[in-house]
Amino acid sequence: MAGAPSLSQPSGWRAWLLSPEPGSRWQARLGRFYLGWRSFTRNPLAVMGLGVVVLLILVAIFADFIAPYSPVIGGDLRTQRLLPPSETYWFGTDDQARDIFSRVIYGSRITLWVIVLVALIATPIGLLVGTVAGYLGGWVDTVLMRITDIFLAFPRLILALAFVAALGPGIENAVIAIAITSWPPYARIARAETLTIRNSDFIAAVKLQGASTPRIILGHVVPLCLSSLIVRVTLDMAGIILTAAGLGFLGLGAQPPMPEWGAMVATGRNYLIDQWWVAAMPGLAIFVVSLGFNLLGDGLRDVLDPKAAK
Amino acid sequence: MQRGGGHEALRFFLKRIAQFLIVLATTLLGLVAVTFFIGRIVPIDPVIAIVGDRAPPHVYERVRQELGLDLPMIQQFWIYLKKAVTGDFGNSVLTTNPVMTDIANVFPATLELATLGTVIGTLVGIPLGVLAAVKRGTFIDQLVRLLGLVGYSIPIFWLGLMALLLFYAKLGWVAGPGRIDVTYSYLYTPVTGIVLFDTAMQGQWDAFWDAVSHIILPTCLLGYFSLAYISRMTRSFMLNELAQEYVIAARVKGLSEMRVIWRHALRNAAVPLVTVIALSYANLLEGSVLTETVFAWPGLGQYITNSLQNADMNAVLGGTLVIGAVFVLLNLVSDLLYRLLDPRTR
Repeated sequence: MAGAPSLSQPSGWRAWLLSPEPGSRWQARLGRFYLGWRSFTRNPLAVMGLGVVVLLILVAIFADFIAPYSPVIGGDLRTQRLLPPSETYWFGTDDQARDIFSRVIYGSRITLWVIVLVALIATPIGLLVGTVAGYLGGWVDTVLMRITDIFLAFPRLILALAFVAALGPGIENAVIAIAITSWPPYARIARAETLTIRNSDFIAAVKLQGASTPRIILGHVVPLCLSSLIVRVTLDMAGIILTAAGLGFLGLGAQPPMPEWGAMVATGRNYLIDQWWVAAMPGLAIFVVSLGFNLLGDGLRDVLDPKAAK
Repeated sequence: MQRGGGHEALRFFLKRIAQFLIVLATTLLGLVAVTFFIGRIVPIDPVIAIVGDRAPPHVYERVRQELGLDLPMIQQFWIYLKKAVTGDFGNSVLTTNPVMTDIANVFPATLELATLGTVIGTLVGIPLGVLAAVKRGTFIDQLVRLLGLVGYSIPIFWLGLMALLLFYAKLGWVAGPGRIDVTYSYLYTPVTGIVLFDTAMQGQWDAFWDAVSHIILPTCLLGYFSLAYISRMTRSFMLNELAQEYVIAARVKGLSEMRVIWRHALRNAAVPLVTVIALSYANLLEGSVLTETVFAWPGLGQYITNSLQNADMNAVLGGTLVIGAVFVLLNLVSDLLYRLLDPRTR
């Protein structure tokens, strides 16, 4: 979009991006993005991580086209049960004669769904608590941060376990439980960012113009906290995936016949010794995806946080 | 500090302790409040669970009053809190014992596992982290980093299953799930509940080695997870220390590189490392829920999951509270230790 004017001279687009005197806000932003991207791509592991994450998204979108079989309806129980990996069934078949490869492919949707939902629930909570505490200060700050610390002190998986136990097993409840246990670090970060912004001149200027407190927080403080929060959420993705898979493994996450990876490993546990592929394949998928997010998060942190880089 | 320094230090110390106790109390109170809240949102009616759904209304009402469910919420919480403080979490539906008795029975098994895991993680993780920091940017550094990242990314329950498959089922190097073979389980009397200790003290060496063979896989697994964290933190602390001027001074003095690294730099990195080790210990206690399920290890984690599967909420909440309290305590103790050991934080 914004790069359009420079496309007429392909050799000049780099010069345009790196121009020390950007003509527009867009040009400056793209230029900064380009620099960040260049330093990001110097880290092969981070690029690999990005590749895995992009692959996950693509696989989730195009699952219908990629998966050769149905993820839920199995084949002939007499002849196609627990078959080892072969050319027809790349990852073998499970106890219901379902193709494990297809199930892993469709499982990516559940994983992605969980990550997106947790991020969409936990980030705003953390953002709101953190910015309000940081901006208002005083007793509001003390109370909110005390609550945050209490939640932060809890073991995450155990708390999620107890919540799911109370709410009843299921993917939605698992998402809620994970979200409840993930927001405290975000609140901390948002508060720290807010404290640095709070006394700056532009906030004073907005205040003098008569902006209300909610308007200042939502319109001026929150947007500035977003970028550091997004990095933190990316870094947390792997943890979210592992917690969701752990809940699934314990039978508290997605319920059968949903092809959730953790639950699939739990099924495979019954056939571990003779039909190892039933447990191995979905677990491998969890591992690859969470490694991808970890590599990506590591790379992002190096790019965006100058302190960690050197 | 000059004279009067001892007095000053004592006052500082007492102030820290007081702060520590306040934070501990509020956090534990929060923990109790959360478990109370969780217990209330359970869709199961506890009265019906006791009297059945065909009980006449007056019986239903009486049991409801006996359980204190007709009282205002805040009063219910007060009763719950008073009971929790004395360690009374009610009886487990599954085992019919008081939940606290059950927990006291299973906790040593979890403690044994998590402690050995932390020991392995510390003994391997610190040297690896130091090595990575010293050889920064080299192949070794990348390898240690990758080892850590894999540890962060791999699902613990899956790695446990794969390890069982390889080392128990295929290679037969170690014993399978469980804590000790039935053959040996009556050869010793449980005193501390820590099998390795009990068998060794009673001279039952066959039973001891069998227990070792059972515990080695889960501890190595937990050790690896603790190693991933400890090595990564050691590396960053060491990088920080190695850039300090006193390191240059030590080198200029002509000290051997070994001495500079292990005696000077690591020593200064040791204080934050104490915190890291305590935190990793707390994480292992939490991670034990999944590990114990995989290895059929009769500890607190398995107790919680078993209770979960049987909708035994008293036991689940009691277990959550105990793990939570230990977690909170370890967190705070590590924080306190850090402040006490590092003079710069004063």
